[in-house]
Amino acid sequence: MSEGTLYDKVWNRHKVTTLPNGQDQLFVGLHLIHEVTSPQAFGMLRERDLEVARSDLTHATVDHIVPTADQSRPYSDDAAEEMMSELEENVRDAGIEFNDPTTGNQGIVHVIGPEQGITQPGKTIVCGDSHTSTHGAFGALAFGIGTSQIRDVLATQTVAMEKQQVRKIQVDGELGEGVEAKDIVLEIIRRLGTEGGVGYVYEYAGEAIEDLGMEGRMSICNMSIEGGARAGYVNPDGTTYDWLRETDYFQEHPEEFDELMPYWESIRSDDDAEYDDVVTIDASELDPVVTWGTTPGQGVGIHDPIPEPEALAADKQDTARRAQKHMRVEPGETMAGYDIDVAFLGSCTNARLPDLRRAARVVKGREVADDVRAFVVPGSQRVQRAAEAEGLADIFREAGFDWRNAGCSMCLGMNEDQLEGDEACASSSNRNFVGRQGSKDGRTVLMNPRMVAAAAVTGEVTDVRDLREVTIA
Amino acid sequence: MSDPTEEIPEVDHVTGTGIPVRGNDIDTDQIIPARFMKVVTFDGLGQFSFFDLRFDDDDNEKDHPMNEERFGDANVMVVNNNFGCGSSREHAPQALMRWGIDALIGEGFAEIFAGNCLALGIPTLTADHETINDLQQWVDDNPDGEIEIDVAAETVRYGGREVGVTVDDAQRKALVDGIWDTTALMKANERSIAETAANLPYATGN
Repeated sequence: MSEGTLYDKVWNRHKVTTLPNGQDQLFVGLHLIHEVTSPQAFGMLRERDLEVARSDLTHATVDHIVPTADQSRPYSDDAAEEMMSELEENVRDAGIEFNDPTTGNQGIVHVIGPEQGITQPGKTIVCGDSHTSTHGAFGALAFGIGTSQIRDVLATQTVAMEKQQVRKIQVDGELGEGVEAKDIVLEIIRRLGTEGGVGYVYEYAGEAIEDLGMEGRMSICNMSIEGGARAGYVNPDGTTYDWLRETDYFQEHPEEFDELMPYWESIRSDDDAEYDDVVTIDASELDPVVTWGTTPGQGVGIHDPIPEPEALAADKQDTARRAQKHMRVEPGETMAGYDIDVAFLGSCTNARLPDLRRAARVVKGREVADDVRAFVVPGSQRVQRAAEAEGLADIFREAGFDWRNAGCSMCLGMNEDQLEGDEACASSSNRNFVGRQGSKDGRTVLMNPRMVAAAAVTGEVTDVRDLREVTIA
Repeated sequence: MSDPTEEIPEVDHVTGTGIPVRGNDIDTDQIIPARFMKVVTFDGLGQFSFFDLRFDDDDNEKDHPMNEERFGDANVMVVNNNFGCGSSREHAPQALMRWGIDALIGEGFAEIFAGNCLALGIPTLTADHETINDLQQWVDDNPDGEIEIDVAAETVRYGGREVGVTVDDAQRKALVDGIWDTTALMKANERSIAETAANLPYATGN
């Protein structure tokens, strides 16, 4: 078993006891809730006559069902309105802070926690959402939970968990021009498989990870779950602290920043930490990665051939054949030139300000291709305002993109933003599962946000490095 | 003080008939598409299990074991590898449970999915590819054949044979001892919870 890793240290600090069933009971430092997975948990509490134990450590937002075009209430979708109303009632009754759209702080749950500084190194963070792993970018131990576990956390501020093994993913070298964090994580999932991380927590380390800003680290930790790992993290460092210093929380509590620094430093994995497994990847060899199939592990370099199913591991062949049929791609072809109908820039993976900045540099002075629907859904209202203030929104609008309000949107098609029929979508999101974007015949190609921008303006999957970029003052 | 474990059923055996659902990497978006999650309770989700694989655009039935009458009463689902990957939605096991599933046997399960099953008292048992393949074939040939799962002994009996399966230690103990619903169990430790919180360097209030 691992020893001396951040995971071991944070786990031990939060362990309340070992339960009779052998699981550990862990204290939860931050519980994030949203409208889709929490209403049933509040219902269970009511059935059991239990109260919310720690409303002060619970924060709510609305993201999955929120419309990104017309947000006037009541929402035009009755089901969405019902879910929103239910959440409003639950947080009001329990006294939970709710970042609703009227606050200016609303956004995707994994964007707003880091923005506000409540996501911190060495915290345990849970949310009824598998992409909670995102918060691991700050050196937090963060994982998604189900609704019955939300009930447990609401009732006790603790969760029952089994300790996992730790795999260090060492990403050496420097990323080439035009290659991004998203490409690193798609490559990791391609190599280790969608189930390769089951039973593991991933520690991302190495030069290429250290070189990334917090947004890039979040993109990588975000998709840990797509590789089967429930949590992933990066050890906190100067980049982390620079981010935290600017957040609301530490602007309001500057003394805590200095007080907490020794703790943050102490939880970093020791130099001689023991890992259950170590995998090394050379970042300098990577090209932009796009998916050709219907799992995030079915990725390929933009100029590499789509694999023959027979060339894959035996247990991957059937899935690959079905995926190639669904996507209408042939082995031996590359994904470059694959026609798209929709371009979606959004999601908790890639809808933060630097993501939009990089995409805007590709878009500026160009136009969205004929017959392509392109839209940008900022990760939060703060991202939206900042992007508007620095002129990014205008660049996207002038190019023919729809500029929307914050939410999960077409990442999972729970609001009006959905693929229709067999539309193909260049998407900066995290899942290309069949039906994921709202149409069971829809085809999703995952890629980094600059690649989405390039696909939007050319109408096909394109190596963004072939397009000249414009400097935005 | 009341016994925190009272009224939670012990799940030491599951007996019934099987249904094979084949394929690796079946994600929770397949098990329950997101559009059916626009609800504030889990009631009624059962009918939407695997909806897009079971029905076409005009709601006509497609070829899927869950549409076959011979599997209509099944309560043991036999699946392949990485079942339940993707979204953490508990709606997935809730839908399967409400359709009638009491246990799953497979080559492997995604972690959050297995945890969600445990929270509902549904065992997720694993075995190698060959064992699963044989069992799926047998279930196909014997839709009315009885399957007997012994969670404690980690065995599955069917068609006159007995095969070994694996259940994660904590899951097995939780199911067999009837301590898989952890709310009361954990709430009983309120003092230790407060102590743990007080010892954390970051602000935990109170």
